[in-house]
Amino acid sequence: MSINWIEVGCLNDIPQLGARVVETPDGDIAVFRTKDDEVFALRDHCPHKGGPLSQGIVTGKKVACPLHDWKINLDSGEAVAPDEGCAASYPIKMEGDMIMMSLTPNDGCPNN
Amino acid sequence: MKEKLVLIGNGMAGVRTLEELLKLAPDEYEITVFGEEPYGNYNRIMLSPVLAGDKTIDEIMLNDDQWYQDNNIKLHKGKKVVEIDRKNRKVTAEDGTVEEYDRLLLATGSTPFMIPVPGNDLDGVISFRDIHDVDLMLNAAKEHKHAVVIGGGLLGLEAANGLMIQGMSVTVVHLMDTLMERQLDTPAAQMLQKSLEEKGMHFLMEAQTEAIVGKDRVEKVRFKDGSEIYADVVVMAVGIRPNFELAQNSGIHCERGIVVNDTMQTFDPRIYSVGECVQHRGLTYGLVAPLFEMAKVCANHFARLGIARYEGSVTSTKLKVTGIDLFSAGDFHTDENCEELVFQDAARGVYRKLVVKDNRIKGTVMYGDTIDGTWYFDLMRDQTDISDFRENILFGQAHLGDSGHGDDNRVAMMSDSAEICGCNGVCKGDIVNAITEHNLFTLDDVRAYTKASSSCGSCTGLVESILASTVGGDYSVAPHLKPICGCTDKTHDEIRAGIKSQSLKTVQSVMDAMDWKTGGCTKCRPAVNYYLLCQWPDEYKDEAQSRFINERAHANIQKDGTYSVIPRIWGGDTTPEELIAIANAAKKFNVKTVHVTGGQRIGLYGLKKDELPDIWEELGKAGLVSGHAYGKALRTCKTCVGKEWCRFGTQDSTGLGIKLEKLTWGSWTPHKYKLAVSGCPRNCAEATIKDFGVVCVDSGYELHVAGNGGIKVRATDLLCSVSTEEEVMEYCAAFMQIYREEAHYLERTAPWIERVGLTYVKERIIDDEEGRKAAAERFIFSQKFAQEDPWEERAKGGEAHEFTAIKKIS
Repeated sequence: MSINWIEVGCLNDIPQLGARVVETPDGDIAVFRTKDDEVFALRDHCPHKGGPLSQGIVTGKKVACPLHDWKINLDSGEAVAPDEGCAASYPIKMEGDMIMMSLTPNDGCPNN
Repeated sequence: MKEKLVLIGNGMAGVRTLEELLKLAPDEYEITVFGEEPYGNYNRIMLSPVLAGDKTIDEIMLNDDQWYQDNNIKLHKGKKVVEIDRKNRKVTAEDGTVEEYDRLLLATGSTPFMIPVPGNDLDGVISFRDIHDVDLMLNAAKEHKHAVVIGGGLLGLEAANGLMIQGMSVTVVHLMDTLMERQLDTPAAQMLQKSLEEKGMHFLMEAQTEAIVGKDRVEKVRFKDGSEIYADVVVMAVGIRPNFELAQNSGIHCERGIVVNDTMQTFDPRIYSVGECVQHRGLTYGLVAPLFEMAKVCANHFARLGIARYEGSVTSTKLKVTGIDLFSAGDFHTDENCEELVFQDAARGVYRKLVVKDNRIKGTVMYGDTIDGTWYFDLMRDQTDISDFRENILFGQAHLGDSGHGDDNRVAMMSDSAEICGCNGVCKGDIVNAITEHNLFTLDDVRAYTKASSSCGSCTGLVESILASTVGGDYSVAPHLKPICGCTDKTHDEIRAGIKSQSLKTVQSVMDAMDWKTGGCTKCRPAVNYYLLCQWPDEYKDEAQSRFINERAHANIQKDGTYSVIPRIWGGDTTPEELIAIANAAKKFNVKTVHVTGGQRIGLYGLKKDELPDIWEELGKAGLVSGHAYGKALRTCKTCVGKEWCRFGTQDSTGLGIKLEKLTWGSWTPHKYKLAVSGCPRNCAEATIKDFGVVCVDSGYELHVAGNGGIKVRATDLLCSVSTEEEVMEYCAAFMQIYREEAHYLERTAPWIERVGLTYVKERIIDDEEGRKAAAERFIFSQKFAQEDPWEERAKGGEAHEFTAIKKIS
């Protein structure tokens, strides 16, 4: 099955070490940009108590949830131990400066 | 090809060095370890609980065989190294095993001292040092009845306690007239002896052993005065000596231990040494905390970073005998230059002594209730001037971390289900389990595994006490000056000084110049951002991504991800027009909750993020600006109506409060900052629990500082009294600026002043008139750049990306 890529916006629309939100009928998706200009997308919903991950502080390849400071790995969506849980991650690819995302989450997270 | 690192001594100090090294430079060396014992590395300080049957050997293993395999470390178990050939850089073990090295680490530890009396080699004479000794004691306890422990120090008493629990009748023989004379003074030692006697232990004091008598195995112990006691087992626990025989035979300079410099290097530059075998600046150490500090320094040099120095340790002792709380640290001997502060309550079995010199703690002995041990220890280590709270110091750090849940906070007495960390719901049992299962030694470790004390931090003292009582008191205390976070070894003060002296003006340049090991974390980045902003008010460009969401969005995030909006109401005074504007905005945006806050303002709750600029625009039309209710910043100035209305009012407290709020609003501070002005000593504005509070009196104004109404209630200290409003303004600005410039990020005025002392603050503000005026001027200069309403900027379209979605898919 081919992936249905949609345009999200340009890399520079997201601040380095920051995030923006893509609003979808199935809930918000947070799109992160790291210091090295890597881009990741996670469901904007912390596995702990649903905090908006897009509002957290990005450090390295992690984001700290703004509500209770759970650290979530941007690549896998997995919480950093001792916390357990997972936010669904979404495929991302770059076409030049354009961020392309699929609305079908990656496998591996039960929290879809 | 990788260089070869050989470790001789598979114990806590050596293996900890390897662990630290692997963290810093995992692939630097090909590592080989020699260990005399047939085990992996285990937690030697937990041997007493093993003997007492509270723990098993498995529970105290720190590194099993798998760990060595996983880290590609060659382990020679049960092989004793007998020769170091320094010329050819080779070591040889008893069985002929040879290993070459480029760098060598000696961590040979210590050996028990056997007193040189006839019969000390008889069967049944045991030392107390390793797993083998514990096995011997446990077996002896099964077959025999009478044990004699020679030595009434820490180790001897723990051994005696263990043997007693194993069912033996135990007599402790001690040369001196009181127990643990190196750690305890006479009153505490007597209380300890009495408690142990009540448990059934026997004592022979001032008894000098002359011989151990027996044919094949020990039968009796004979003393100098000719008396004898019957013994099936004799445990020698009179002390340890650094084990440096191997080093000495290899020609490495040794005195009472292997002599090392501050980088843990011996006189042979290829050879390092850590642990109990070491002599550093003339001292040897036998507790675990210093060993870990040495390990860290040594690893730093092995990793070729070359920046760490070991500068000696201050140590504390705790006896690991269930039901006995005892704490000792520093030097408790008094001379004519010292003073003694003593609290004694024989009926409750509580004794505390502090030895003080020049208002600084030199040593402490505690018996019965040791909950404040870590606090005294911190005060001693930091050499804090205690003159400001000296009259209360013996009563302890009131409400230690339990935010008013009563005073029954003796950690050892607490049940496992007692909640320690109210923020994260962590019970005592969770913490104890994490410490024992994962072999944790530091507060940071416990935080990482359990989250206890990682949120508001008010239970930090309790968690430290649990750590101390679980691992036995000599847990790894924080280094002399705590680094800002795990990203760097630099302290808050070093970072601030570096920003100034090196003219660093971005977060990245600070991280580059100060040896950050990572790209920064949620602890250090906001702190550095603040320090830069405070140092360079006119030049620094605030780094939004290093701020917590509330300060980035200028609104307070709520549990459902919506935000609250709280406009500033100057001095708590408002007008019908403002109230109408707030009411209209609340209706227009369908605000779910309208709440009068504790700071005399009105909060609107439940706004979506993209609505924020619009509601700010609406409020702005009526002149309402941001109240900074979301920031580490000036919050409010609470006032009463003062002499304008109140029949008791002495001054215009409302008018003064408004002036103070106009002076200070917009200022970023290390933590939130609150003001209040009360019109008379009835103090309706609660000025004595604020960061800066004014209590008006007939003759003028009392200025109070460093109060706190939050986690831990703290009443203010009286700074001084002044007679004019102009003076109030100047002192207010100066105090706030000195706090802004010198407190650590996230340190409120209350803990700051407890750290630096009220005397210091008075010196800066009252005694130094020029300094005060200069500080006030620096504050006013900085305010020129801070007093811009962030809501107005954003209502006009600033930072739009913060408030809008990048894309909407319908």
